[in-house]
Amino acid sequence: MEEAVKAPVAEQEEYVINMGPQHPSTHGVLRLVVSLRGEIVRNVEPHIGYIHRGIEKMCESITYPQIIHLTDRMDYLSAHINNEAVCLAVEKALGIEVSDRVKYIRTILSELTRIQSHQLFWATFGMDLGGLTCFFYGLRDREMVLDIFEETCGGRMIVSYNCPGGLMNDIHPNFQNRTKEFIKYFRKTLPEYDRLLTGNVIFQERLRNIGTVTREQAIAWGLTGPVGRASGFSCDVRKHNPYSAYDRVTFNEILYKEGDSFHRYKVRMDEMWESMNIIEQLIDNIPPGAYAEKMKPVIKLPEGEYFQSVETARGELGVYIVSDGNKNPYRVKFRSPNFVHLAPLNLMSKGAKIADLVAINGSLDLIIPDIDR
Amino acid sequence: MNSFIEYFRGIFHGLRSLLNGLSVTGKYFVKPGTTVTQQYPNKRKDLKMFDMFKGEVIMPHNGKNEHKCTGCGICEINCPNGSIEIISASIINEEGKKQRIIDKHIYHLGMCTFCGLCIKACPSQAIEFGQEFEHAVFDRRKLTKVLNQPGSRIMKGVE
Repeated sequence: MEEAVKAPVAEQEEYVINMGPQHPSTHGVLRLVVSLRGEIVRNVEPHIGYIHRGIEKMCESITYPQIIHLTDRMDYLSAHINNEAVCLAVEKALGIEVSDRVKYIRTILSELTRIQSHQLFWATFGMDLGGLTCFFYGLRDREMVLDIFEETCGGRMIVSYNCPGGLMNDIHPNFQNRTKEFIKYFRKTLPEYDRLLTGNVIFQERLRNIGTVTREQAIAWGLTGPVGRASGFSCDVRKHNPYSAYDRVTFNEILYKEGDSFHRYKVRMDEMWESMNIIEQLIDNIPPGAYAEKMKPVIKLPEGEYFQSVETARGELGVYIVSDGNKNPYRVKFRSPNFVHLAPLNLMSKGAKIADLVAINGSLDLIIPDIDR
Repeated sequence: MNSFIEYFRGIFHGLRSLLNGLSVTGKYFVKPGTTVTQQYPNKRKDLKMFDMFKGEVIMPHNGKNEHKCTGCGICEINCPNGSIEIISASIINEEGKKQRIIDKHIYHLGMCTFCGLCIKACPSQAIEFGQEFEHAVFDRRKLTKVLNQPGSRIMKGVE
């Protein structure tokens, strides 16, 4: 008790500040109510819902092909993978087997999406921790992937390239060359990322042993994707439950057991190498065939419940559709990884400094529109 | 003594890592050829979007001011957010039959999400995506466009 009296006033009383909704390091409109004692974080309470658009409810009033353009707007950095998830669920329900060409193209584009998402993560994570150069270099290289998307899909970020039964249009003749050019360039550039940021002592000191999650905690909180794999939880949907062409490629699931912020970052950096490996295995072997199956003009799913999960750049995205036989779904539920990853933020940042909270928040790589939907 | 050595080793290690990072930025600093910045407003004429780029929905007309739109309204049904409105009219054609033609194909650019479902669904390929990308206007009403040109007619042979 005596010590408490001697301590400075700031450390005696707990005070509460708002981080966000406009704080740049929350990457969107996430409001964190942080209880502080001095500089030590005592409690973090995330307040969500600032960008809630009711996407799940909107899905109930539109048809299945129309749902796809809404899923672009949930996790906008994994837009193509979200589209694919809905398409796979609808195709599963109808019992349609898409051609190998579609599977290959979908897989290549998914991996390109993953690369550009991790590039933006690297860019913004570096910026959060005080290295503005990373932001420019990350966006510079991301531009090349966006050009590939723009040429083939027509959109840069919001691609809307999938439709139930295949793709909206065939790939552009330049697609393969441009992708190979990018891989060749990025294989040279990715080691620069490591030299610039990963090896930096200040960067490492700010991340090592910060926001540690054990494997048991990761499983208990349902953490998937790079966040779960950094804690040693083997949860890659591509590996355990392969969809599209993932059963035809060989790749490693990146696993670390430390579970701190630095290893969450490491998983993403290593995943970019794996994604490039996957693309290289597929890009030259795209088989000929139809880019879309013939579908009825009005798609009606048979009555029942359908589930499909895919691995987005952030973790496992589940699409759960309940159909009552109409052209509109009865209920759609998205299991978004970001919402789940936000939950243990309090657990990770308790006892850390407020600057560490920025690092932890950045290492989770949250996309706020996906949390609120 | 050991901690003393560790202390200096830490400093040297840190310095080396910083210099390592600086060498990357230094390399780009002395090589101006690697800059990727586009001089946007100055070199506007050189800018060309990709063929597939979804700029806006347009209705191509041929030299005789004819389009392919039959006014069936399938694009209107397929649009997820009501960006397309079709106002059709009926006329008596040359053969003396009643024919449904399009009066106005109204397109709200401000509401469009560029999903491409209207273009995919169009049975006569009457609409497609244009490459225009500078859409900023001072008045919101300018974003509502009528796609068929005034006085235009349907192309012969399109049902």
